[in-house]
Amino acid sequence: MTPKMRVEGLQAWFHDRHVLRDVSIDVAPLSVLAVIGPSGCGKSTFLRCLNRMHELVPGARSQGRVDLDGENLYGRGVDPVRLRRRVGMVFQRPNPFPTMSIKDNVAAGLSLNGWEGDLDEIVERCLVQAALWDEVKDRLRHSALSLSGGQQQRLCIARALAVEPEVLLMDEPASALDPIATAKIEELMHELKERYTIVIVTHNMQQAARVSDTTAFFYMGELVEAGATETIFTNPREQRTEDYVTGKFG
Amino acid sequence: MRSLPLRRAVDALVTIACGAMVLLALVPLGSLLWLVVSKGAPGLSLSFFGALPAPVGEPGGGVGNAILGTATMVGLACLVGLPVGIGAGVFLAEKGDGPFGRAVRFTAEVFSGIPSIVIGIVAYGLVVLPMRRFSALAGALALALLMIPTLARTTEELVRLVPGTLREASLALGIAQWKTSLRVVLRTAAGGILTAALLAIARAAGETAPLLFTALNNQYWNFRPDQPTASLTVQIFNYAISPYEDWHQKAWTAALVLLLLVGVLNVGARLALRRSTAGGRA
Amino acid sequence: MPATHTDKTYEQELKDLRDKLLAMGGKVEAAIASSVRAITERNSELAERVKASDVEVNRLEVDIDGACRRLLALRQPAASDLRFITTALKIVTDLERMGDLAVNIAERAMDLAQAPPLRPFHDLSSLADLSEAQLKKALDAFVERDPVKAEEVMKGDDLLDALYLKIFNELLQLMMEDSRAIRRATAMMFAAKHLERFGDHAINVAEMVVYMVRGTDVRHPRSRLVEEK
Repeated sequence: MTPKMRVEGLQAWFHDRHVLRDVSIDVAPLSVLAVIGPSGCGKSTFLRCLNRMHELVPGARSQGRVDLDGENLYGRGVDPVRLRRRVGMVFQRPNPFPTMSIKDNVAAGLSLNGWEGDLDEIVERCLVQAALWDEVKDRLRHSALSLSGGQQQRLCIARALAVEPEVLLMDEPASALDPIATAKIEELMHELKERYTIVIVTHNMQQAARVSDTTAFFYMGELVEAGATETIFTNPREQRTEDYVTGKFG
Repeated sequence: MRSLPLRRAVDALVTIACGAMVLLALVPLGSLLWLVVSKGAPGLSLSFFGALPAPVGEPGGGVGNAILGTATMVGLACLVGLPVGIGAGVFLAEKGDGPFGRAVRFTAEVFSGIPSIVIGIVAYGLVVLPMRRFSALAGALALALLMIPTLARTTEELVRLVPGTLREASLALGIAQWKTSLRVVLRTAAGGILTAALLAIARAAGETAPLLFTALNNQYWNFRPDQPTASLTVQIFNYAISPYEDWHQKAWTAALVLLLLVGVLNVGARLALRRSTAGGRA
Repeated sequence: MPATHTDKTYEQELKDLRDKLLAMGGKVEAAIASSVRAITERNSELAERVKASDVEVNRLEVDIDGACRRLLALRQPAASDLRFITTALKIVTDLERMGDLAVNIAERAMDLAQAPPLRPFHDLSSLADLSEAQLKKALDAFVERDPVKAEEVMKGDDLLDALYLKIFNELLQLMMEDSRAIRRATAMMFAAKHLERFGDHAINVAEMVVYMVRGTDVRHPRSRLVEEK
């Protein structure tokens, strides 16, 4: 099966700091890849290289190849703005636009890009996909800030889905949420992976074990090991992976 | 460790002291309002708003042309000052970390400290001399030059306050950077920027010195921007320094009118902003 | 030096689990040796002691099961820790069965001690020594995390089976020759059968050790071969 995304020889720097070293990995379509590793290992940087958000930070640099359906995202002539509509992102802390209503938030990615069409139908569809429709269908015009943390995060997911990405990147999406909200997000991921390819960064190993098909372990900027989640958590190849998942360092 | 009764006593003392300070701070404001309202109200009438200034001794008369003049010049100043000031502020916040940005910021800081009368002289040199006449345009320019530096600095602070996560969210949706700055960041900071703009406008509407030798004054209706124009502030000045009692009365009333206009502008804009951003449509 | 768990309590809990397993294994080893000696020495008292000590073995089984459950619930073990704990859960059942087999042999010893002696069967002692050695090697492989040693145990089963077959045939011969010896010979046959089963359990332990160290499940190779075809 051709991978949805293929990373080859990816390197990244913040000024002089070499934060990603020669990372190569395939992401299978319609699957969930979890990226785990201790703090500072480069997993968030890796994620941000997949939708070219890394280069927006002053002093940030990268090198290497990231293919989406065979096309190099870092190639000449690739528009990063357009690319980010194909590879969407959800962040650690829910960040709905505070001055907009729930409906406007979901539609933001479309309306701000000059979409001419029926937004209502799209908003409903995305809120349903994000498992939030029932909770907000009667108050679409209310401010987005009137929602709880878990609901806001699902709103952000709906917003990301509205632009119809192919890949959804999630940077520790549940780390700011309580266990029940977390469980809802994890359940959501199971449903979403039927239509989208998902890459999630998490510092919670058990979450990675619960939601992902493949797991990649990063340490000090290197991809130490990647493989089927079950294998990583029952019988990893590398000693460093073994030490990390059994809690021998962190 | 202090004992509880002693701590309670200190707490009460400090609370009272703070309260007293607040009252003290309110006294000048309160007395100002009281003075203007009590002295200006007697002369207030509908005709005062619409009539031309009357000569000494004649009853009636008003500051109609001065209101129009102030409105025109402040309006023209806004046309230039608001976009330039807010735009500069946004630029400084988003891309102002390089040498050019530092230069712009430094200039704005210097300018915001220049006395308004000096700004007036600058406008005199830039507009009045080449045009060989006093005009509303010159007055508007002077006011704009006053508005821009503070507006730029405040806008920059406000835009910087918008959390980076909002910018990231917008960029991650595939929205271009300039659109993100304008439609997302600016919109989030809009409330604060509106306040800053209103303050700038209020300041501009209340300036006298720079108008003295740019717009001069005019006793008649004037609809041409290239002619000397009346303004409330200069009119108040003229009325106040005159030796005539009834003109003194007119000065108080005109001052009240100025306060009222600025107040209405303030409240109106705030209401409009609240309706447009709190969960309504864009 | 191999890394230890950051959580020292967890590290200690795993160590305690290992110690308990080894203690149980030691008791079972001693039990099987004593039970066969009870047969060859016709010592009913020794047999009684073997039966009594099985209580300890059973208590350890319950203890170890509880410890494993607790670790699974509270520690979410992964990778090698997970394999170790699931191995412990399985080994403990084999060890408990082996303890029961020793008790069964002890009961046969008591039966035989009351009847007139049969001719000496050196082979039974040899079979006992072999079975005990298999268990010992399997437990050593467990402690040392040595899959090679475990594989040796798995290979040693053939010798054990051959020896059992030899004893079985000899006893059968005896029964055919002398019908008065049938009851006693049958008892002896059961004892030999128990020892052969003991050896099979040692194989199970060895297979789990291979899984624990290598992460590959090597049980039921013949069934698997059929599946792969």
